[in-house]
Amino acid sequence: MSNKKKKKLTPIQQEYHSLSKNSEPKRPVLVNVLHAFLAGGTICLIGQGVTDFFIWNFAFTEKSAANPTVAVMIFISVVLTSLGLYDHIAQWAGAGTAVPVTGFANSMASAALEHRSEGYVLGVGGNMFKLAGSVIVFGVFSAFVIALIRTVGTMLGGA
Amino acid sequence: METYFWAFVVGGLICVVGQLLLDVGKYTPAHTISILVVTGAILSGLELYEPLIDFAGAGATIPITSFGNALVKGALGEAERSGLVGIATGIFEVTSAGISSAIIFSFLAALLFKPKG
Repeated sequence: MSNKKKKKLTPIQQEYHSLSKNSEPKRPVLVNVLHAFLAGGTICLIGQGVTDFFIWNFAFTEKSAANPTVAVMIFISVVLTSLGLYDHIAQWAGAGTAVPVTGFANSMASAALEHRSEGYVLGVGGNMFKLAGSVIVFGVFSAFVIALIRTVGTMLGGA
Repeated sequence: METYFWAFVVGGLICVVGQLLLDVGKYTPAHTISILVVTGAILSGLELYEPLIDFAGAGATIPITSFGNALVKGALGEAERSGLVGIATGIFEVTSAGISSAIIFSFLAALLFKPKG
């Protein structure tokens, strides 16, 4: 993508691009990765605790406990977002808070809060999926294609 | 206790993949999460995700990759019962709890709270 763009630029613009790229602060990849690992692991650890809570206290199995667990994690994430705490954690954790389902909920809750001043229908309703929408679109479409291949495959194989 | 260890390690590693996509791949967060969801769906199609859940528990169900897995699982489960139409009717079957609770709690948050910071 960047190569295609580069061809359209004048030599001076290209020079500027390489200059600005060189003066960009280097991303501390190793530190970021370590933070992401610790934060993401901790969130999953809490999730495992919630899962076991549902298994022990209610009649859930290992498999069926996943759904209420996700709901609880989403609830915690929305509360932390509402209190303005999630962003502080996310700054430290990077992908560690973005990749778990809590990050999905955070993107929805923060969009809902941010656009609240534009009204409930156009602001909250219209913008809630602004960031989460791409996840749902690509998730659903890829799942559709995969399920189609698998289903047609078994139909042809079984026939 | 062992499940807790593997939940931490596997969940952490999936987040590491996400962080590498952000930092090394220079993808935006939206691209990164979308890539992970599609990856989860593909792994599910290859029947590799379910064994990962058996092994790592919440380490595999909490990261967003499980969203892709759940979409495929719902679509395939319903397709088995009612044929091709089942793909469309079943695709949100498993993820319903996640999506509806995210909508409900986020809307309640917008009703109750003002944006901070």
